[in-house]
Amino acid sequence: MSTKRQVHLAAHFPGVNNTTIWSDDRAESQIAFSSFEHFARNAERGFFDFLFLAEGLRLREQKGRIHDLDVVGRPNTLAVLAALAGVTDHIGLVGTLQTTFNEPVELAKQLATLDHLTDGRAGWNVVTSSDAFHGANFRRGGFLDHADRYTRAAEFIALSRELWDSWQADAVVADTATGGALADGVFADRSRVHDVDHHGPQFDVTGTFPVPRSPQRHPVIVQAGDSDEGRDLAAANAEVIFSLHTEFDDAQAFYRDVTDRLERVGRSKDELQILPGATFVIGSSAEHAEERSNAIRRAQVSPATAIAFLEQVWNRDLSSYDVDGPLPTIEPDHEGAAITRGRARHTRDVPALVQSWRDLAEAEHLSIRDLVIRVSTRGGFVGTASHIAAEIDRYVQERATDGFVVVPHTNPYGLDEFVDTVVPLLQERGVYRQSYDEGATLRQTLALPGTIRDRAAAARTAAAAGPARAAASAGVLA
Amino acid sequence: MPDRITLVTALQGAGWHPAAWRVAGPVAQRLSSLRHWRDVVVEQDRLGIDAVTIEDSFTAGPRAADHDLDTTTVVGRLDALLVANAVAPATRAVGLVPTVSVTHTEPFHVATGLQTLDHVSLGRAGWRIQVSPTTREAALFGRRPGGDDAATLFDEAREAAEVVSRLWDSWDDDAIIRDVTTGRFIDRDRIHNAEYAGRHLSVHGASIVPRSPQGRPPVFALAHRADAAAFAVDAADVVLVTPGYQGREARDVLDEVRQLEQVAGSDVHRPVLADLAVLIGSSSAAAADELAALDGAAGSAYAEASDTSVLATTVPELVSLIGDLRGLGFGGVRLRPLRIPLDSTAIARQLVPALVTAGLRADVASRPTADLRARLGIAPAVSRYASAPAGSVSVEVSA
Repeated sequence: MSTKRQVHLAAHFPGVNNTTIWSDDRAESQIAFSSFEHFARNAERGFFDFLFLAEGLRLREQKGRIHDLDVVGRPNTLAVLAALAGVTDHIGLVGTLQTTFNEPVELAKQLATLDHLTDGRAGWNVVTSSDAFHGANFRRGGFLDHADRYTRAAEFIALSRELWDSWQADAVVADTATGGALADGVFADRSRVHDVDHHGPQFDVTGTFPVPRSPQRHPVIVQAGDSDEGRDLAAANAEVIFSLHTEFDDAQAFYRDVTDRLERVGRSKDELQILPGATFVIGSSAEHAEERSNAIRRAQVSPATAIAFLEQVWNRDLSSYDVDGPLPTIEPDHEGAAITRGRARHTRDVPALVQSWRDLAEAEHLSIRDLVIRVSTRGGFVGTASHIAAEIDRYVQERATDGFVVVPHTNPYGLDEFVDTVVPLLQERGVYRQSYDEGATLRQTLALPGTIRDRAAAARTAAAAGPARAAASAGVLA
Repeated sequence: MPDRITLVTALQGAGWHPAAWRVAGPVAQRLSSLRHWRDVVVEQDRLGIDAVTIEDSFTAGPRAADHDLDTTTVVGRLDALLVANAVAPATRAVGLVPTVSVTHTEPFHVATGLQTLDHVSLGRAGWRIQVSPTTREAALFGRRPGGDDAATLFDEAREAAEVVSRLWDSWDDDAIIRDVTTGRFIDRDRIHNAEYAGRHLSVHGASIVPRSPQGRPPVFALAHRADAAAFAVDAADVVLVTPGYQGREARDVLDEVRQLEQVAGSDVHRPVLADLAVLIGSSSAAAADELAALDGAAGSAYAEASDTSVLATTVPELVSLIGDLRGLGFGGVRLRPLRIPLDSTAIARQLVPALVTAGLRADVASRPTADLRARLGIAPAVSRYASAPAGSVSVEVSA
């Protein structure tokens, strides 16, 4: 039996990202269900652990208008995942869903539904937001203080777990095998359906949760925040971290950091998988892969995209500049309101950043477009299939990661080549599954501990023992 | 083209009778599974039903006399919008009409969820709009005290319907241009912010979902009483009425809708469907016995609790009734099967062929494969942002 650590792979649907090349000849609709179906079936052919969907709640803007250079428009995350439940059998379905612009009972109901519809393959990438830009699409508005967003997220998750725990596994009785024409008894045992009575700083929720216990009880919790608070939230709650750390040393450092944080909250590293998002460019030789990578980067950074990228840093209109010419000599605008909305902003020191770019461009004679391609390239693996398989194996064996979230460049065929060429090599190396386990839940596919501690039952037991213990028990996150 | 009469099946749990699960066999144990829902909806699809509605609520189930959850009947449910999406890939022609409440759910989520269903089903989405009046539901959200009067809830729902409609129109059909020369994926002049600010709700931006096949999926509303009927005429494309409920004649409830349309200044005659709860037996006597047995098991007569007529009937009687309703001007019926799968199967396998024989339905083989609006006889949804060609007629249903 192999004692090698096993690789876990997830597939990121290439939608509204600046890595998605919509101008490709084979690129198809980002909204047609056929694209999602192809992508999901292909990921399932490659035995991926899960398919990952991002979310957007407002179209991104630049200079006060909708950003029109990347793919724009996507489906509702939960709705398209539910549809994918109907065309897949094994792969996990993980959606990015906000804690700020949703309410716990509603989102918990939807996630429990997805877990039922998939026979236990649902996952939730928990994200937070606080800005008024997104808030303008919701009746809540953008009222949440930035500092409160993780507070709300943590309470949101804890409350969701209370709701998911509130139906015991044996609550539905419905004994229709009595032989008579009309079954006797009750449909459900009321004593096994527990009302929730939650009162916290963010939420006051009272009543009976509408959905019976789902196969996984809780969907697999994924977290992507990289800040100190984000990492703590992940250590306390997450089962998968979708990280940005793909450079080997950096990835190892992140892995150690998360392992330490887990220990501090009494969890083991076995309870969480770390999967950085990464792009993969496969070639028949190292040179061929480099050529393809360069072509992909040029396709990703169109002339208009290059200007827009600089505008995000300069915070001013640069549309009159020639992308094949030198960087603007005009200084960035530090005073004005941000011209880019709906995506993460550059928060680094802008003058220092601009100076470093000017130095780089001068030293290497880079045009605007060359410079943008250079500085916006990140987190990618480029090489032959065997090189890439060896690298993935190395990262996992040496505990830099537990696998990767593969981010293809094109929709919907961008994953096909990886599945055809890299997956068989990982299998040959003995580090990747040859098939799915029949009937496995996502939690099992991810090799995470299969049982979630039944906090509600523990709390009930403790309540019987005395009120002080009950309070202590209920406060512990699963 | 709509068929001679529209036939919609209303799905929920093991059926509409509180004792229905007692005759459902092993199905009663898997009401929360995709398998159950796919079995039921695929049968309706293959045999030519125009649409299925799927009920929803934030409550786990009805309350018993002691005000606690009544666990002698089916409790627990799945989210209807997600169930509709999950069965969409397995079906080809049937309209999928989930209930989505607007009292607690953000209109932005309502709009994008239904647009996605329309994309996934290639134009078969509909929306049963509903309000959530109970304090039980309000307490599960904890954002408002609950107990709002009906007028307030319907006012808010009118705003929600308007916002959703604007979001559905926010992308023009041709907004996605993929213009490689200029690097532009969309023409942003063809995307319009909702810019809605009402008394209850406000939404600023455009939908995140490009325009769906139908543009605006048809909206269904139940008009079982006067304020609901007024709301339905303001907010819906298809009106469900309940003849026989509280002694009202079919003719009168239809007239009421037509009068409300006139009052609202609408020149559109919406399809009006008679909403009827049915148990279909091999004979009138057998049907009556089976209903009596269910009522006995439930401890009370379901007809006393239902908000529409409860019929223990036969296929020939139903054909005759539907023919009469058509004669009065009804667009068709929405049938609530008292027992699922027993009565939903009878509707698909027995009632549909009998309606074909009676000349009330076209043969299933010639079932239209058009989108749901066309199937219901509703005009295509023209975007409010479309420049109207000369001589065109407005199809807007709300002021």
